[in-house]
Amino acid sequence: MELLFFYLVALVAVLSGILVITCKSPINSAISLVMTFFCLAIFYVMLHAPFMAAIQIMVYAGAIIVLIIFVIMLLNLGTAVQARTSHCIAWGSVVGALMMLLAMTFLKGGETTTVQGEITKEVVAQVGHTELIGQAMFTNFLLPFEIASILLLVAIVGAVVLTKREV
Amino acid sequence: MTPELLSLSNNWPLFLGTMILKILVVFVVVILMVAYATWLERKLIGHMQTRLGPMRTGWHGLLQPIADGLKLFFKEDIIPAQASKVPFILAPMMICIPAFITMAVVPFGPDLVINNFIIPQQITDLNVGILYVLAMAGLGIYGIVLAGWASNCKYSLLGGIRSSAQMISYELAAALSIISIFMLSETLSLRKIVELQMEPLWGVFSFLPNWYVFTQPLAFVLFVVTSLAEINRTPFDLPEAESELVSGFCTEYSSMKYALFFMAEYANMIVVSALIATLFLGGWSGPFPGFINILIKIVGFVMFFMWIRATYPRVRYDQLMFMGWKVFLPLALANIVVTGLVVVLLQ
Repeated sequence: MELLFFYLVALVAVLSGILVITCKSPINSAISLVMTFFCLAIFYVMLHAPFMAAIQIMVYAGAIIVLIIFVIMLLNLGTAVQARTSHCIAWGSVVGALMMLLAMTFLKGGETTTVQGEITKEVVAQVGHTELIGQAMFTNFLLPFEIASILLLVAIVGAVVLTKREV
Repeated sequence: MTPELLSLSNNWPLFLGTMILKILVVFVVVILMVAYATWLERKLIGHMQTRLGPMRTGWHGLLQPIADGLKLFFKEDIIPAQASKVPFILAPMMICIPAFITMAVVPFGPDLVINNFIIPQQITDLNVGILYVLAMAGLGIYGIVLAGWASNCKYSLLGGIRSSAQMISYELAAALSIISIFMLSETLSLRKIVELQMEPLWGVFSFLPNWYVFTQPLAFVLFVVTSLAEINRTPFDLPEAESELVSGFCTEYSSMKYALFFMAEYANMIVVSALIATLFLGGWSGPFPGFINILIKIVGFVMFFMWIRATYPRVRYDQLMFMGWKVFLPLALANIVVTGLVVVLLQ
């Protein structure tokens, strides 16, 4: 049952991923990208990571793609003109095949290994996924977390300064 | 034998049956409320402006929503020749669906015990409930933005751009204002938040429930105002400002597609009222049986939103942005800091 559902969602994810790069209109590509993010969120739920799923939809689908669509609308981009792309497709498929090979060697054809970390399915069910992420983020990884937030703050201030020169 | 939570693993026929029943009931009730919210709005605003409102169809116009629905259903469905077809058709669905599926996490009554199984009166109790609500609120933007862009009409485009700017700005303040709620409750599940609010106020006053509106009045006001802006109701209805943009993002829509936008507006209003009731006003707790309490609170807030529409003029665009970024956002942040300090000091 779960496997069937996985294949269904995976099919939708791959199809919408293909649509992202084949759609002529940038808006349609953006919508397909939202669909891909949705499928990813479903995968997170199936991996017992509901917090990641909610954040995935909130941040990527709810904020980033909205901004992308906003920019597309403001610039009023037309549909893409058909360019000669055969050599791009060739290189892309080579890179794609290499990456798939790499992924397959790591996954070993779907075999589960016996290596188990501290945080298992049972621990996640007992403590809660959100709590676990919160604990890790604000104890062991506090410094990286703060550095990331300062980086984002710098980016925001930079964007404001660049767009509004005389304040 | 203590009753256990009904799930797919311990009794799947009963689980599926109750699930489908719950979904059907919630969906039908929300649809009916949407239909009659339109009637209520016309009636209320009518009486506030010393008119009668709809009177002809049925007793005091009670059949008006059905007549309107039938009329819209049989109208010609026009898709402009220059419109982008796929986004144009998708947009009304994309605005309706997030509005309706947010209702899935709203609890509407105490747990029932049938055959030693606990059945919560809520479609699903997500342990990331609030985040789910925020995520769905973020998805509501797509419908309006796509409708504005796909219509290929300047009024629609302006409406769409305005609404995306407005909703992005106000989503931040709305999300930040409810962070202080789960700093107090220490859970993201809406069911547990409602249960926590049934205790006596601050554990001291037994005559008042521990509703978060008493502990977090600022967050309550912020959330009400910002969600009003997020669902594009007056005084924040700039995306469809009639006097300047004809009808904003839904100018080019007709027939059932237009009806879907209309339904989404009222569904959003009901969902936001349900969320305010659940997060700040104790959800289904109260003197009556569970679902009646939350219905009273929802209808109360819906009427409050209509009252606002009859009272306030629309804000100007720069005022809107000023309020969002320079008033509500800092206030929400300050509220989080103060709440955090108090929580730490009380520990």
